[in-house]
Amino acid sequence: MSTRLSKGGRLIDRTKPQTFTFNGKSMAGYAGDTLASALLANDQMLVGRSFKYHRPRGIVASGAEEPNALVNLGTGARFEPNQRTTTTELFSGLTATSQNHWPSLEFDVGVVNNYAARFLPAGFYYKTFIHPRFAWKHIFEPVIRQSAGLGQVPKEADADRYEYAYGFADILVVGGGIAGLQSALAAAKSGARVILLEQTAHWGGRAPVDGDVIDGKPADEWVKATVQALSAMENVTVMARTMAVGVYDHGYVLAEEKVADHTPGDGRPKKRLWRLRVGKIITATGAIERPLAFAGNDIPGVMLAAAVRDYVVNHGVSIGDRTVIVTNNDDAYRTAIALKEAGLEVPVILDARANVTGDLPAKARALGIRVETGKAVVKVKGGKRVTGVAIGAQAGEGAVLEEIACDAVAMSGGWSPVVHLFSHCGGKLNWDAVQAHFRPDANRAPTNQDGEAMVYAAGAANGALTGDQVLLDAVAAADAALGKASGVAAASVAVPAEGAMLPVWIMPQGAGPALKMKMWLDYQNDVKVSDVQLAAREGYTSVEHTKRYTTLGMATDQGKLSNINGLAVLANALHEDIPQVGTTTFRPPYTPVTLGALAGESRGEIFQPLRRSPIHEWHEKHGAYMEPVGLWRRPYCFTRGAESHEQSVHREILNTRSNVGLLDASTLGKIIVKGPDAGKFLDMLYTNVMSNLGVGKCRYGLMCNEQGFLSDDGVVVRLAEDTWLCHTTTGGADRIHGWMEDWLQCEWWDWQVYTANVTEQYAQIAVAGPKARQLLEKLGGMDVSKAALPFMAFSEGSLGNIPARVHRISFSGELSYEIAVPASHGLALWERLIEAGQEFGVMPYGTEAMHIMRAEKGFIMIGDETDGTVIPQDLNLGWAISKKKADYLGKRGQERNYLASPDRWKLAGFETLDGSVIEDGAYIPAPGHNANGQGNTQGRVTSTYHSPTLGKGIAMGLIHGGLGRMGEVVEFTKIDGGRVKARVVDPVFYDKEGARNDV
Amino acid sequence: MSDPVSPLGNARFDGFVSVREVGPLGMITLRAKSDVKELAAAIKAAVGTKVPAQRRIVINGDRAAGWMSPDEYLLVLPYDQVAAAMAAIATAMGGAHHLAADVSDARAIFRIEGAKAAQALQKLMPVDFATLEPGELRRSRAAQVAAAIWEQDNGFTLVCFRSVAAYVFGLLSHSAQAGSELA
Repeated sequence: MSTRLSKGGRLIDRTKPQTFTFNGKSMAGYAGDTLASALLANDQMLVGRSFKYHRPRGIVASGAEEPNALVNLGTGARFEPNQRTTTTELFSGLTATSQNHWPSLEFDVGVVNNYAARFLPAGFYYKTFIHPRFAWKHIFEPVIRQSAGLGQVPKEADADRYEYAYGFADILVVGGGIAGLQSALAAAKSGARVILLEQTAHWGGRAPVDGDVIDGKPADEWVKATVQALSAMENVTVMARTMAVGVYDHGYVLAEEKVADHTPGDGRPKKRLWRLRVGKIITATGAIERPLAFAGNDIPGVMLAAAVRDYVVNHGVSIGDRTVIVTNNDDAYRTAIALKEAGLEVPVILDARANVTGDLPAKARALGIRVETGKAVVKVKGGKRVTGVAIGAQAGEGAVLEEIACDAVAMSGGWSPVVHLFSHCGGKLNWDAVQAHFRPDANRAPTNQDGEAMVYAAGAANGALTGDQVLLDAVAAADAALGKASGVAAASVAVPAEGAMLPVWIMPQGAGPALKMKMWLDYQNDVKVSDVQLAAREGYTSVEHTKRYTTLGMATDQGKLSNINGLAVLANALHEDIPQVGTTTFRPPYTPVTLGALAGESRGEIFQPLRRSPIHEWHEKHGAYMEPVGLWRRPYCFTRGAESHEQSVHREILNTRSNVGLLDASTLGKIIVKGPDAGKFLDMLYTNVMSNLGVGKCRYGLMCNEQGFLSDDGVVVRLAEDTWLCHTTTGGADRIHGWMEDWLQCEWWDWQVYTANVTEQYAQIAVAGPKARQLLEKLGGMDVSKAALPFMAFSEGSLGNIPARVHRISFSGELSYEIAVPASHGLALWERLIEAGQEFGVMPYGTEAMHIMRAEKGFIMIGDETDGTVIPQDLNLGWAISKKKADYLGKRGQERNYLASPDRWKLAGFETLDGSVIEDGAYIPAPGHNANGQGNTQGRVTSTYHSPTLGKGIAMGLIHGGLGRMGEVVEFTKIDGGRVKARVVDPVFYDKEGARNDV
Repeated sequence: MSDPVSPLGNARFDGFVSVREVGPLGMITLRAKSDVKELAAAIKAAVGTKVPAQRRIVINGDRAAGWMSPDEYLLVLPYDQVAAAMAAIATAMGGAHHLAADVSDARAIFRIEGAKAAQALQKLMPVDFATLEPGELRRSRAAQVAAAIWEQDNGFTLVCFRSVAAYVFGLLSHSAQAGSELA
């Protein structure tokens, strides 16, 4: 059983006990524990079930590479699935539950899959569920999803908050082990701005655990002194608990800082996503130990040798009283020695190598530990925990020579450098046959915009596996990244002489099918040696295809333990060399990133910018039902009492047509265009002529893109001899301003024209209705009579003591004034109009009333009558297209034969015979079918409403033949499959003469 | 005449730094090429400073002139003196091609003050505050919207569009919460 030792544990503080629960059971640990070490201290070997076969799973590793020990962490609004216990810091009150089991962790029904494992080989789902086609969606997928999956989905909104931070440096060092510290020190001493990141809360990496002696002192002392020295330097930023998860082009790096992961509810952000832009990146990310593939290597109690050592040295936790070590290298002997020194039993070290001569084995032998060379684990005995191992010859086929009772197995198959960050941006790897791993090729590093290398690997991440080599390599990496010699000498490390490792991919090497079916490569996704070999037999030669066919390396751990072993097995099965088979692609993120951290501050009120007019708050206080228009929120209608929105809209229209209404039109785009060439410029932008507009006058205009399609419309005002004000649609303000600047900066750069987008400088209020003039006269200060201010004119002055520009323009068809005032006076004017207008029956109206009133007048709306495929001529707007001008944007486009064709659909009005409202998006069918078997069409509706003014349905639409078909009755489609008859009519339904606004 | 009101009524948030919405503040967009000889006199007449160099802001008491682009300047001055400044610019520029627009009401202005003011901004703006020079005007973004900042009087002044004032105040308040200092 696993337990807490009476002494030891360099990272834990035995004076600070912490209590937590696992599956509801109360447990105790210490400050400095990870959740994994605390679980092990409480003899919780079994922590989960595997994805496919629901096999019992125990903790295998001690770091980010852990594939098994994933738990649901927290409850309610702080519930998080798939949290790795090995990287979760313990805190008092932590609650964790195991995943992927039903009904309980100890007794799981899904384990029946385990006994049917021979029927669930690689590609099982692909092979089994392909026929019948319909069954996948309706039967197979729902059932599989029910029984598969790891953690549960959180059901409550996240109680925590997150944020971003931007950081900059010359050199980013990733990894706070001795390599990273040494690289950072060298870079910093040469004056570079350095950021140093460490994924855990502790500095020094493996060196203190492995007993390195640096500059004659224990590694811990050198680490502490170096961190202190770095922290004291102005040009260095050191951050612990920060995981660099992705490297992108141009020195862009994402890193996730765990700010309050271990102190939930203290008010700080849970996590902070660092968006770093750096000159060069040094990856001192260390190496990950590989498992060995022997039968039963997934039984709880089988663990990586270095992890066993970590738990003893760092946390004072033993995995078992009797630990069998199985290895192909000298490093695992450190575990044997550490266990022995902690007073624990090591019955045997099984070394696959025939000759074992290094210093560490010599020390182990001197401690009296039995070392068996050329030996292998034939299989591990036990179910939910290890009870013993059967031993055989590594060179054999699995004949059992001896059985040894034990409660833990520590395995080491060699070390793989963590090359992920080096590879994210295209860095290439070389196969190192001596150490049997892929390591970065400095000559094929990812490059920057200048063609120089951007990422440099240092230390174990570069294949330097012994302490002395690590520090030399770390200085070399710093020098390379600096592009000069730092002049810093690497600290010296005393290391034992190590013998060469022996690549071992299957143990024993001649194992038959029965053993290979129990040799796990990928613990989380249940991929075994037999699965990869089957894939090879079935013709999967590409490692990328094999990955997807077998799901090797596709789980949340992304194959940190399984990749090399898996592709070595594949290479052997294909009779190819490992470098020929190659690796799968390393993609960000290195470890999963919390979605909340990626969202940063963007949630709730600040999820996205919400643009508010100066009168926005008044609207909200007065019953406005808001609708999004771009990023603005505009009142759709103002509801009163128990009204439906439709009833509100109808009331607002009838009131505007009989009394007076107010519309907040502040969101309309307003762009000043000024200069000697401004008139010429506007004549090019608009289809009609703006250069001859009189000062003080307004004119409606259309803008097209180069293709000729209608892009925007609005009223242009001539403010002065050389100054125009162009009104755009609400959604078009920024786009049209950019369009103007594009032409001025890129095409007509020699024209003397300046523009300024003053949209937000003004609040703009439309005062519309037969009593509009009376209302403005009551406010006083300006002559708004027909004589002084006729239709399509404007004047500037002071309205009710507020500086104002009053335009006589009408989008409703009523007597109408649009009043622009400085935004900081907008609310004041609105409130005065409301107050002064009471005697005239004033009411605010929203965008829907505006839409219907303009439709009653047959005015087009950009985005309704236009959709990017409509030209002004289609909308009978030829009157707004100058025939005299030599050119305007879109003129050539409109002359192309397709756009000039008389066969184009053109605008007409429609009235249903029964007075009903034509459905939105309805088509006018035509006889016959097209080449695709679809019914032909001859037109479609573009705007359709119930007109409260006329008491019936009205619509505009595009129809083949346009107004030439006036009086004809056509049919529109209905969603229920029926048809509705409508007569083609003039699109101006109301006040055709325009008498109402000409008063 | 009614009193002009700033977008948020001078809202304030106190965290590890303070965030204050200030204003109304006078602002003029002046567009002209830097080689127009009348430009220096116009800026001098409006805000009493020299023409700012590229990416700089020249501060003169409660007035300032900032470089916004190769042909655009931002003039800052008391709200009630904009009309006079506009007239002075028109006089000084004479017939030289330019555009001056009053944008005082189109903007929201925030002051971010405290020893760690840059840290609150560092969470929102992709700006290297360690290399931001004195007198530098930086046009960038705050999260999802355009923003310009400069350092002044032991803090930063941030300018954004008026319609997103509440959004930017929300961003700054979120970033300035006590306990969330960047080390």
